[in-house]
Amino acid sequence: MNEPPPVTKRPTRVQLFATCLVDRFFPGVGHATVAVLERQGLQVDVPLDQTCCGQPAFNGGFVEAAAAMARHTIDVLSRSSDPVVVPSGSCADMIVNHYPGLLAGDPIYADKARALAARTFEFSQFLVDVLGVTPADAQPGPSLAYHASCHGLRGLGLREQPRRLLGAVAGGRCTDLPDAETCCGFGGLFAVKMGPVSSAMLRSKLDAIDASGAEVVVATDVSCLMHIGGGLHRRGSRVRTRHIAEVVADSSHA
Amino acid sequence: MHDAALAFHRRIDAALADGALRRALALTTGRLARGRTDAFAAMPDAEACRTEARRIRAHTIAHLDRYLDEFTRAAEARGGRIHWAETAADATRIVTDIARRHGITLAVKSKSMVTEEIELNAALEQAGVRVVETDLGEFVVQLAADRPSHIIAPIVHLSRGDVARLFQEKLGAGQDDVADIPAMTAFARRTLRSEFLDAGMGISGVNLAVAETGSLCIVTNEGNGRLTTSLPRLHVAILGLERIVPTAADLAVVLTLLARSATGQALSVYTNVITGPRRRGPGAGPEAGGEPDGPEELHIVIVDNGRSRLLGGELAEILYCVRCGACLNACPVYRHIGGHAYGSVYPGPVGSVVTPGLMGLDDWSEVAQASSLCGACRDVCPVRIDLPHLLLKLREQAARRKLAPLWLRLAMPLYSAVATRPALYRRLGSIAAWLARAVERDGWIRQLPGPFAAWSASRDFPAPAAQSFVQQHEARGVVTGAAS
Repeated sequence: MNEPPPVTKRPTRVQLFATCLVDRFFPGVGHATVAVLERQGLQVDVPLDQTCCGQPAFNGGFVEAAAAMARHTIDVLSRSSDPVVVPSGSCADMIVNHYPGLLAGDPIYADKARALAARTFEFSQFLVDVLGVTPADAQPGPSLAYHASCHGLRGLGLREQPRRLLGAVAGGRCTDLPDAETCCGFGGLFAVKMGPVSSAMLRSKLDAIDASGAEVVVATDVSCLMHIGGGLHRRGSRVRTRHIAEVVADSSHA
Repeated sequence: MHDAALAFHRRIDAALADGALRRALALTTGRLARGRTDAFAAMPDAEACRTEARRIRAHTIAHLDRYLDEFTRAAEARGGRIHWAETAADATRIVTDIARRHGITLAVKSKSMVTEEIELNAALEQAGVRVVETDLGEFVVQLAADRPSHIIAPIVHLSRGDVARLFQEKLGAGQDDVADIPAMTAFARRTLRSEFLDAGMGISGVNLAVAETGSLCIVTNEGNGRLTTSLPRLHVAILGLERIVPTAADLAVVLTLLARSATGQALSVYTNVITGPRRRGPGAGPEAGGEPDGPEELHIVIVDNGRSRLLGGELAEILYCVRCGACLNACPVYRHIGGHAYGSVYPGPVGSVVTPGLMGLDDWSEVAQASSLCGACRDVCPVRIDLPHLLLKLREQAARRKLAPLWLRLAMPLYSAVATRPALYRRLGSIAAWLARAVERDGWIRQLPGPFAAWSASRDFPAPAAQSFVQQHEARGVVTGAAS
């Protein structure tokens, strides 16, 4: 398989922006991300003062609240100029595609927002596009089905990268879910503000998971996996959810 | 929550409970979306064409005054009569006045969303004009005293059986007439043919008007648009202010994408380009070199109804829309609730911007919340309208005007205040985790409080970790950059 040219010089240090959901609900995903990056010979810094990227407020239209969180996140991640790795397509999309617009009129932060956006990467994007990693041979394990989280897919163009990583560590036991690119209905506060519609969208996703026969659902975002996992658990399903960093960390070759 | 929002949520609940509606929606939106995907896959220069179509629409909207002026001069030079309608009421009054002046008692109509928007049929009926919808879907909508639920497939919410029953109950159709869809179509054609011949006025919408030639382009799949605009003595075309392209070449670009986006067809079955009414010869009668058919008069009613307010503003991009309906078919929300739930003639992602844009946010702020912002709509839009961005702009306006729910207006600034104070954030996070862990079982919480009960209605919520990832990592001794 041909490797795309690395988009930046191979770094030696990275910063991890874990995201608020990984930080509080899925610490294992944070550890898995660190483990994979360290195996690549990188020093991983985890800035202590990181909190939330502000997307919940931004998506609700509360731009001042969102801008305050964006400025805080920029401050925390601008103490070093190392690349930022985010184990979430959605939060990376917020930083890459929305911070610059949100702070465009801010005389101090507009430039900082653009600079941060240029060195922020989603986990699979960083491994494949920046490090040029393609883990070696596939290993045996449970059958995996990939769900393409919306903001990573459509905001960052994550199509090949997660599938290549998964294909490399899981080979033929990883497939796309049916309708893999259809939203699971999470949408942040959408799941609460529009609960019944969100639930109906989740039901379609869970039906697709059942139809796939997969044992594990994999995605680049714990937000979708929290939603899908909560639905699977309520249904009494035995299907589990795993973040892509956990799947890659399980493979001794990455 | 205000009344309009509550009513929206009630309509959503009703739609979600309607199994037949859900099946009909899944079938039709799935078919249309696959048609669109296949048509674009078969088009080698699809993306370049979308780029060009977007450029054309953006340029036109940026210079709309100039192109409207050019269009009206060209259309008048070819014998068309232009009427300007600032509001829906102005538009319906103009049309009813024309009908009255000519003693019209029967009008036939081809499918047009702008006439639905201005509620033209009701105004004409009130003025004593019987109006007959001639698009098959709209014909059914009219028979059922219903409303269209999709901008290009008006009866996406009905099944074949529903239509058969209507034909039998309202038109006395026999068993043979409703045996299958071709039989039902033939029956509708027979019913409609005499109406076409008797009508004194034909009313159409306009898909796109061409500024340089003053032409009106109307696309249909049933040929009813052609009969509507050529058989009756009068043709009244209702044109949304923004539906202009500068040149015939520009029209060709947009038409390349319109039917592909809407249904997956390379081109609609009938593409009509109408330039002026029937042309008379130099002499008195038709033998003197004039055209043998076409309406004697062509009236073009240009409807603003809130559109010009959007020009130059942060929602102006929605005026690029050419009403193909692709975003409806791609939208997982629309696919689950259908068009009626939105409560507007313009449903789905585009409707969630157009409706509050034209009608104001006061009664229409909640439709802009009916999106997970997944972006599937933006992916399929032939002119690449950034619909999620426009929905965010509406949410921003709603939040500023205090139209968002109270708990969010309180919670979001508070959340922001905490999230910008990392030590406080960590401490409150630990307290919340400790409280949550008192109610968890096997790592899951089955019932959430307050507004979050909408989550736990259908899904469990993971219990938070006692110690956050950053704190756990810090315990390894390599966390950096702590500030107090």
